[in-house]
Amino acid sequence: MNPRIEVVALDCLMLRLFDEIAEANMPWMLAASERLRAAFGEQLIDLVPSYTTLMVHYDLTSLSPSQARELIAEALSDLSPNARTAGQCHVLPVWYDLSVGPELSLLAERSGLAVAEVIRRHSAREYQVFALGFAPGFAFMGLVEEILAAPRLSTPRKKVAAGSVGIAERQTAAYPVVSPGGWNLIGRTPAKLFDRNRDGYSLMQPGDTVRFEAVSRAEFVNLGGDDTPLEVQA
Amino acid sequence: MSRLTIEASTPLCLLQDAGRFGVRHLGVTQGGAADWCSMSWANWLLGNRLDVPVIEITLGGFAVIAEDDCLLALAGADLGAQIDGQPLAPWRSFRLGKGQKLLFTQPLLGARAYLAAPGGFEAPKVLGSSATVVREEFGGLDGLGLPLAKGAALSYRGESLCVREVPVDSRPDLKSNAPLDLVLGAQIGQFSGQSLFDVFNSAWTLDSRADRMGIRLLGKTLQYQGQPMISEGIPLGAVQVPPDGQPIVLLNDRQTIGGYPRLGALTPVALARLAQCLPGAQVRLRPVVQDVAHREQIKYLQRF
Repeated sequence: MNPRIEVVALDCLMLRLFDEIAEANMPWMLAASERLRAAFGEQLIDLVPSYTTLMVHYDLTSLSPSQARELIAEALSDLSPNARTAGQCHVLPVWYDLSVGPELSLLAERSGLAVAEVIRRHSAREYQVFALGFAPGFAFMGLVEEILAAPRLSTPRKKVAAGSVGIAERQTAAYPVVSPGGWNLIGRTPAKLFDRNRDGYSLMQPGDTVRFEAVSRAEFVNLGGDDTPLEVQA
Repeated sequence: MSRLTIEASTPLCLLQDAGRFGVRHLGVTQGGAADWCSMSWANWLLGNRLDVPVIEITLGGFAVIAEDDCLLALAGADLGAQIDGQPLAPWRSFRLGKGQKLLFTQPLLGARAYLAAPGGFEAPKVLGSSATVVREEFGGLDGLGLPLAKGAALSYRGESLCVREVPVDSRPDLKSNAPLDLVLGAQIGQFSGQSLFDVFNSAWTLDSRADRMGIRLLGKTLQYQGQPMISEGIPLGAVQVPPDGQPIVLLNDRQTIGGYPRLGALTPVALARLAQCLPGAQVRLRPVVQDVAHREQIKYLQRF
């Protein structure tokens, strides 16, 4: 780790902790987040974590840029990854099926694996939530096995169903709401990923871990899933 | 309580406040008035807190009828406002009698007008704010992120008695062609030397591809020579350069993280001025360092 503090805007500084995406970053990122929140207190407007960085947006009426830098530097002194800051572990049920995950066949073809094996491998790993973005509650997770990695679709879909689970490069994610999207779709989860009436709003938070669990169509529907095929919705 | 009924509206007429804060780590965008200066002045005119809900009217096409005698305030763009056919200039509070109609016709100067009411327009808070973000389905009159619609009722509970104007020397100058201040960001040194020259020494034309997420600028092609970036948090006003070399200034409804290299970010005052520019307008950029920009912003805020 080689922390750097960079200017990004009049009232924002970027704390850059790492240069590469890695699961091993997360305990450090979480520890740093916790320290920054404590150090800035009410003067923090937003803290935006991503894979290797934490963007600190602070109240410019109470802190100058140099004061904000000092607070960040102080917050980082003696930083250590800390088991207490480990996130929650979620199990997301997924109905893996070509009707809701048309790229299952593409991934099988690319990898030379059977569709059932693609599903088994995707649901065998425990993934880290690296960052939330793109849409409220959209969690970028990884890393999927190299053999399942696939580039985004060259033409994004105009409409991806809520709950759709996809893969892009070595990342996986589920779409919280209907939106445009270019990820390779492999299934659908009935889980409500973002709920304005829930404490904390988003099911997944940066630093949480996630495992996908294959369920049948009947279980998916029982859990409240919408099994309308993608083409019909599109 | 006083009420107004919306008689005409467009998808660009939105309830806004200062924005949604404390939830960006969940992927929730900031939202809020694109021209925070004019929103603040509209509220200031009525003695409101500067961040209470106002109506952001972009380009016109909006009309309300007063159901009660109202005292309202208008700041920002001159969208050819009329009360029962009589012209109404911005930067003042004014009375709208019961039954009278306030109409916004078309942009005469600037792009976005802000209409404020005593105490702020009533609206539920969603994740701490009433700011309308259509894409995320948050905010607005019903909390579901819908634009203001014909037939809807606007209401407010505050009171304000005196009619006043924003002092002339405090009004943002929407005709100004002074360069827009850009706080230099971390990747600035990774653009080619020619690009750095072009950024600050040529004119940039606002593209018609502009919305509350971002405004695209057309001009010389800029060349980033650094490594591809890993997505990271995007501040308000960030000027990102995608592979086509044409910068995009990111506004209130931008995505929360992104991976295009950035020149830096416009200052809040510069961004407010850009938000008042129409497609085809030309702007210039001027580099400024963070400390100086901070001092100027603190000074600017003393106007309120």
